[in-house]
Amino acid sequence: MSAAERKTMLLTTPFHSRVEQYCELNDWGLWQGYTTPNSYFDMELEYFAIRSTAGVLDLSPMNKYRILGPDAEAFLNRLVTRDVTKIGVDRVGYAVWCNDGGELMDDGTIFHLAEDDYRLCSYMRADDWLEWNASGFDVTINNESDDIAALAVQGPVSCTILTLIGCEGLNELKPFGIARFDFEGVEMMVSRTGFTGDLGYEVWIDPSKANALWDQLFDKGRDYLIKPIGSHALHVARIEAGFLQANVDFVPAEIAVRPGRTRTPLEMGLDWQVDFNKSLFNGRAALVKQREEGLRYRFVLLDVEGNKPAEHSFIYKNGKQIGIVTSAAWCPTAKSNLAFAQVEMPHGAVGDEFVAEIYYQRELQWTRLMAPCKVIDGPLFNPPRKRQTPAPAH
Amino acid sequence: MNKYDAIVVGAGHNGLTNGAYLAKAGLKVAVLERNPHIGGATVSRELYKGWYYSNCSYVSSLLRPEITRDLELPRHGLQVVPFGGGATFMQNGDHFGSYSDYGRKYREISRHSKRDANAYERYRADTSRQTRLIRPFLLKTPPDPTSLRLRDLKDLVDFAKPFLNMGEEGLLDTIKFWTTSVGDYLNEYFETDVIKAQHAGSGIIGTALGVYSPGTAYVLLHHYMGDVDGNVGAWGFARGGMGAIANALSKSLQSFGGDIICDADVERIIVKGGRAKGVALKNGDEYHADIVVSNLDPKRTLLDITDERDLPKDVVQKAKNFKIRGSSGKLNIALDGLPTFDGLDPKNPLMSGDLHFSDSLERMERAYDDWKAGTWSKDPYLDMMIPSLTDPTMAPPGKHMMSVFVQYAPPKVEGRDWTDEDKDGFEKSVVDQISKYSPNFRDLILHCETRTPREIEAEVGLTEGNIFQGELTFDQLLFNRPFPGYAQYRMPIKGMYMCSSGTHPGGGVMAAPGANAAREILYDLKRPNTVPGSYADD
Repeated sequence: MSAAERKTMLLTTPFHSRVEQYCELNDWGLWQGYTTPNSYFDMELEYFAIRSTAGVLDLSPMNKYRILGPDAEAFLNRLVTRDVTKIGVDRVGYAVWCNDGGELMDDGTIFHLAEDDYRLCSYMRADDWLEWNASGFDVTINNESDDIAALAVQGPVSCTILTLIGCEGLNELKPFGIARFDFEGVEMMVSRTGFTGDLGYEVWIDPSKANALWDQLFDKGRDYLIKPIGSHALHVARIEAGFLQANVDFVPAEIAVRPGRTRTPLEMGLDWQVDFNKSLFNGRAALVKQREEGLRYRFVLLDVEGNKPAEHSFIYKNGKQIGIVTSAAWCPTAKSNLAFAQVEMPHGAVGDEFVAEIYYQRELQWTRLMAPCKVIDGPLFNPPRKRQTPAPAH
Repeated sequence: MNKYDAIVVGAGHNGLTNGAYLAKAGLKVAVLERNPHIGGATVSRELYKGWYYSNCSYVSSLLRPEITRDLELPRHGLQVVPFGGGATFMQNGDHFGSYSDYGRKYREISRHSKRDANAYERYRADTSRQTRLIRPFLLKTPPDPTSLRLRDLKDLVDFAKPFLNMGEEGLLDTIKFWTTSVGDYLNEYFETDVIKAQHAGSGIIGTALGVYSPGTAYVLLHHYMGDVDGNVGAWGFARGGMGAIANALSKSLQSFGGDIICDADVERIIVKGGRAKGVALKNGDEYHADIVVSNLDPKRTLLDITDERDLPKDVVQKAKNFKIRGSSGKLNIALDGLPTFDGLDPKNPLMSGDLHFSDSLERMERAYDDWKAGTWSKDPYLDMMIPSLTDPTMAPPGKHMMSVFVQYAPPKVEGRDWTDEDKDGFEKSVVDQISKYSPNFRDLILHCETRTPREIEAEVGLTEGNIFQGELTFDQLLFNRPFPGYAQYRMPIKGMYMCSSGTHPGGGVMAAPGANAAREILYDLKRPNTVPGSYADD
C-alpha cells in the first residue's frame, strides 16, 4: 500500500506514483511536510548523473508564491535587497531578503513571468511575511505551492533531453532565462535555473500533466542515461557549486531564538545582492550602518587539505577558535575538500590560512585531525557549460 | 633551441605526470612522444566515426587522488564517473551479480550459497586489511633494504611498522597473502564456483599467470587498492575515455610551462662522460638536457634506447631477465544498439559494470593452459564493459561502445610471430564466447578493433603487450621493481631516471611512478619537492 493510500500525515507530490516506482531503496525523507526520496538507487551514481548525464529531482514541495498587480515590482523591490527592476520579463533572478534589522530571512528566486506578474520561490514558508509587506501595495499574493508540479533536470545532457520532449530551440535559452512550450496541450514553462551549478533547467507544469512529463522525460532520456536523483545527491552538488542553503548555512531570522545567531547578507558574502542605490528596502538602514561600522563575521569557502570532510568543524587561527563550518563535503567532480565557514572579522580574506578541527570515526574510534585550510575566492567546480549559450549537447 | 632542463621520453600518463611535477618545480621540461598523439596506453581514439574507444586501458581507480587534486586535473577537464557492480554469466543460463550495494550483494550471494554470503564478510575484512597496508606506500619511494643511508633506514622503519603492528598471526596471514595464488586464497572462503570465478578475475588481469599460480593473490589486491572518491575498491570511467586523463595531465603540464613534442621518436639517450646529456631522435634531431627520464618499460629503456656500453653489465642482465610477458589482448567494438544477455534485465545496473563469462576457476585455469601451449585461449577470460551505459559521450545516443579485455593471448603464437589469420582466430574466440550468452550481439557489431600483443607492442610500445610494463609478482614489486638496487627511479647513468609503470608501484594508470620519480629527481637537484604526500589513510 502506498503512503498516499495509507493517508499518512505526510503529503505526496504530483509525481509520487512515479517517484515511488523509481525509489528502489525506499529511502524516504521529509521536505516541508512532503515525502521525497533521499536516494533512489545509489546516492553516488545519482550525484554523477547530475555531473555526467542528467539527473531529475522532484522539487514540487518548494514554496511558490504568485505576486500579481500593478505594484508587484515595487512590492518585491521593497522586499528584497537587490534591484528587481533589472529582472526583465521571462528572466529569473536570485534574491535574498531581510527583516528591518538587516538580518537575513531567506533566499530564493524571482521569476518575472509577465508585466506585473512574478513568482517567488523560497526555502522558508513566507505567507505571513509577504502579507505584512504587501500592506500599502496594490498586489495580490497567492500561495501556489500545491498548484504547480516542478522537476529540476540538471546535467550535461539536460538540454538535449528536454529538446527531445518538445522544447525546440531550448539550447538558445540563456542562463536565468524562461521559455514556454506546449506539452500535451498545456503550457510547460522551462527556466534555465537550478541548484547544482551545472547546465540545467527547471520545468514547471500543471499537476495533471506531472506523470506524463515524468514518463516522457525518462522515455526520451533513456538513451542519454537520465536518472532520478534524491536530496542526498543534490546536497553534494549544491555544496560543490558553492550554493548557500537557508537553515543550514545561516539561521533564518524569523526562526532564530538565541541572540546573535542571525547574520546579515553582508556577513554571508551576499554584498553583491545588496543594492544600496535603492532608496528603500527592508533592512536598508541597518545594513548601511553595518557597512559603516564593520562586519562581525565573514562567510568563506575553504579548500581543506586531505580528504576528510570538515563537517561541523571549528576553525582556528594561531590556536584560537575564530569560526565554524556550516556545510562541508568531499566534492567528487572538483576533487576538492570544500567547506563553507563563518569566521570572525577581520579573518577570512582570500588566501587566509586556518586550521579545521575535523573528527571522523572508523570502527568506533574517533580520530581528531587538524587540517590546514585556505580561503578560496569561489568554488573549484565551475564548468563552462553552465554559462554557454547555445547550451552544449553533452 | 632544443635545450631543456629535463627531457621525458614517452607521453603516457606517467611521463606527463613526471613532466608536470618537474615543470611545477620550475624546470624547463619537454615530453617527447613517438606517436602523433599523446597518452600511450591512456588514450581515447575515434576509430569509427561517432564512437570513442579507450583502446588500451579502459577503467580508472588507481589514479592517485592526491595527484588528481594537486595537478588540478578536474579543472583541466578530467571527470571520473564510478560504475556500479558487475556480473558473471554462467553456462547454465544463470548469472552471479556483484552489486555495489552491500545489502543487495549479500542477497545475491545467498541465492547461490548462504555460507558464501557470510564468508564474504570475512573475505572483505581480510582483503581490506591488506589494502590498508599497501595504500600508504603508493606515493612513496620504496626504501632500499640494503642501504644504510638515513633516509632509507627511516623509510624502512615506516614501512615495517604497520606490518609489526599486525601481530604474529596477521603477519603470517600477510606473508601468505603476498605469495599465494588467488585460487587457493578464494578457496579458503568460498564454496561456489561462480563466486570464486567472479573474484578471481582481478588476480590474473594483465598477468601471465593462472588462477592457481603463486603470487596472483597480490594482483587481486592491486585491483582492489584503488578508490573513487574514497570508496576503496571502486572503479570508474574517465568521461570521454581514458584519453581524458592524458589530456588533463598534458594541460596541467603546459600550465606549468612544459612542452609536449609529438612525432619525436627517440633513438638513443646521449651519454657523455657517464652523464646523460639528452636524446637523439630517429630523424637525427637532438634534444639536450642534463636530466633524461624514460617512461618506457625497463627493457626498452635499458636495451633499446640506451647504449649497452654505457651501462654496467649487471644492469643489462637484469633488464634482459625482467619479466614482462604478454598475456592479454583487447577488442574494442562499436555496437548499433545495446546487446541483451540471457537472464539479465537490460535495465539492471549490473549491465554498466564489468561482465564476465568464466564461471569457474577450472575454466580460467584451462584458459591459461592454452597460453602455456603458445596459443590464445579457446575459452577466454573476458573483462567486458559497456562504458556508453555510463558515459553518453562514448557513442551516439542509443548506440554503444564495448571494451573487451581478453585473457590469455601469448606474445608469440607457438613460438612464431602473430599473423593476421591468428588475429582473426583470436577475435573469433571472443566474439563466439559473447554470442553464446547474447543472442543479438553479433548482429549489432558495426566495427571491431582487435588488438593482440603484436598490435599493442607495435602501437603503444609495451614490450610483449604487457599492460603493467612488467609482471606484478613479489619478485618485481616494491624494492624489487624493476630490479633490486634500482627501485628508487635512478638509473646507473648519472642524470638518467625511469618513471614508468615498470617502477614502483606498477601499472594500472596510477600516475604514482611518474610522481615518485619526480620527487627523487628534485631531491637530487636539491630543489623543493612539488609532489604531494599521501592522504592519511584510515
